[in-house]
Amino acid sequence: MTGHSSVGWVDIVVILAYLFATGYLGWLGYRGTRSAADFLVGGRSAHPIIMAVSYGATFISTAAIVGFGGVAGLFGMSLLWLTVLNIGFGILIAFIFLGEPTRRLGHHLGAHTFPELLGRRYQSRGIQIFAGALIFLFMPLYAAAVMTGGSIFAATQFGIDFEVALLIFALITAAYVIPGGIKAVMYTDTLQGFVMVFAMIFLLIFTYMSLGGITEAHQTLTDMADMVPAPLAQMGHQGWTAMPAFGWGAPTYDLWWTVITALVLGVGIGVLAQPQLVVRFMTVRSRRELDRAVPIGAVFILLMVGTPFVVGSLSNAWFAQNGPLLQGKVVEVIDAEKDRALVELMQQGESGAWTAILNPKTQAPVRAPMIIGERTSAQDGDGATFELVAGRSIAATYTKGDADKIIPAFIMAAMPHWFGVIFFLALLAAAMSTMSSQFHTIGTAAGRDLYERISDKGHQREPSILVMRLAIMIGLIIAVTISYTVRQEYVIARFTAIFFGLCAASFLPAYIGGLVSKRVTRAGALASMTVGMSVSLFWLAFIKAREASAIGLVQLVTDGKTSLLADYPNWPSVDPIIIALPASLLTLILVSAVTRPPDKAHLRRCFPD
Amino acid sequence: MLGIDDPYVLMAYLGAVSMAVIGIIYGLVRRNAARDEVTPEDRLWALDEKKVDDDF
Repeated sequence: MTGHSSVGWVDIVVILAYLFATGYLGWLGYRGTRSAADFLVGGRSAHPIIMAVSYGATFISTAAIVGFGGVAGLFGMSLLWLTVLNIGFGILIAFIFLGEPTRRLGHHLGAHTFPELLGRRYQSRGIQIFAGALIFLFMPLYAAAVMTGGSIFAATQFGIDFEVALLIFALITAAYVIPGGIKAVMYTDTLQGFVMVFAMIFLLIFTYMSLGGITEAHQTLTDMADMVPAPLAQMGHQGWTAMPAFGWGAPTYDLWWTVITALVLGVGIGVLAQPQLVVRFMTVRSRRELDRAVPIGAVFILLMVGTPFVVGSLSNAWFAQNGPLLQGKVVEVIDAEKDRALVELMQQGESGAWTAILNPKTQAPVRAPMIIGERTSAQDGDGATFELVAGRSIAATYTKGDADKIIPAFIMAAMPHWFGVIFFLALLAAAMSTMSSQFHTIGTAAGRDLYERISDKGHQREPSILVMRLAIMIGLIIAVTISYTVRQEYVIARFTAIFFGLCAASFLPAYIGGLVSKRVTRAGALASMTVGMSVSLFWLAFIKAREASAIGLVQLVTDGKTSLLADYPNWPSVDPIIIALPASLLTLILVSAVTRPPDKAHLRRCFPD
Repeated sequence: MLGIDDPYVLMAYLGAVSMAVIGIIYGLVRRNAARDEVTPEDRLWALDEKKVDDDF
């Protein structure tokens, strides 16, 4: 790692002041108008900025900033396609085409949760229970991604162990979500949103300025294409300002399929079926309020996801120019004219001799691309003389290949220390605003959609607050456990992509079909959800190599292979959404076509206009 | 252009900014276009939502 990490009393005071300010705003909110529902009850309107920033703060979390920003540091600016989809789908299509129909349908049917919306639209207790169970079981995975992102940053910034950071993060989360922060207190969300905006604008401007301006910075990165590490180049990485190689049937196209299908499409489309975001539309006062929130929402998302993707990619240029000096022995010359080489990294022992740095997992010498700055003569452990080179490398070299640490390492090395504290607050804000919604959704899924529906066989009951609180506690414990135990390559982005993809395949056809079509039937919706979820889970467990190998079932049935399709290049890199979403959509259409249409009286209730 | 040689990455870079600009234009054009009324049904829904929230 790079730079100097420490936690001083000023940092603690600033963080505490922020937490108190958030608490104070929350308390003020409780005394007066506080949630979107309160605004609606009073017949008034939340300011569009408050509505949009509050929505955006729920949408964007540490997963996007640290996780996906780090992935951009590894894979490059091709990830900007996700920014296009985040704004295009997450704001434009969601607000313009889905927001109003969702709001109206929810109000017509008296639905208050996403599973309840589906259940009442299709007059099916089973659908509500199905959706509630899926959310309760898998939302903790996404919460774990958010928690890991915040904890990694805190550990890097303040020089503490990841486990300690995770514990502190979990305690802050518990203190925030359990006593009442789970409510959508819009002013608190908005404060958090503004902290995030300030941090991202500063980060973007500072990064571009430190690299000589927009074009200069991009050009520097473009000229570094020959420094892509060999394992990434073999997957199709062609540079940080270039798309991965596209094609089918060879391992050199794996990266394209990973970036585009899992990260861009999985998350980009998946946002439309995020339960915690869909319910936000129901709390909106009118179509006009939705329209007015679009510009703020679009700019907010551009800043929140565009900035980390650009900065993550550019961190490679910054480290190559300004990173701490590394030493080693040239193994292979990359470009003699530019003095770039593949270098075996070395460290000097107490005796003064230089020895190779070994990878703790493989025990092989660590090699990294380097821009060489100095050459001197030195002695190795055997007393032999060799040419020692010193120079700088790409971001992943400084984080030992861990993409999740790229953004924290860059902030710590490149930015002033005070900004690190502000950025931590922004991440805390991003995490809290998202997690409050996540745990609220987990609580309502367990209490309202599962417990009430199962125990009372479809008849309305007062919501079980105890079950909700218990579910939140369980969800929190599961999320912390996942964060604590699973530490693999770009795990934050992968967990997020899994949850978003699962939601898209399971819910999206039934959700949109229920909004726009009177012909979609209960059987069609239930079959579509079942197929979407089953195909997704099967693909994750048996086809998609990275996830399947971690789950471990596929090794049992294939004698140690990491995918059922391990012998067919590219298939193990394809995300479930590519198969599961079309399958789910097709099932919805076909089953609805051959089953009895919903009764007309119910449809008149759903669509009175 | 802008130091990015790959047209697809450049398209994504400019596309992200364009999406935000489209959002701004849409918001300005539609600023007062839609109706803004709270129906009794909306209010009833909000009361129910508030009740659940308050219980929580």
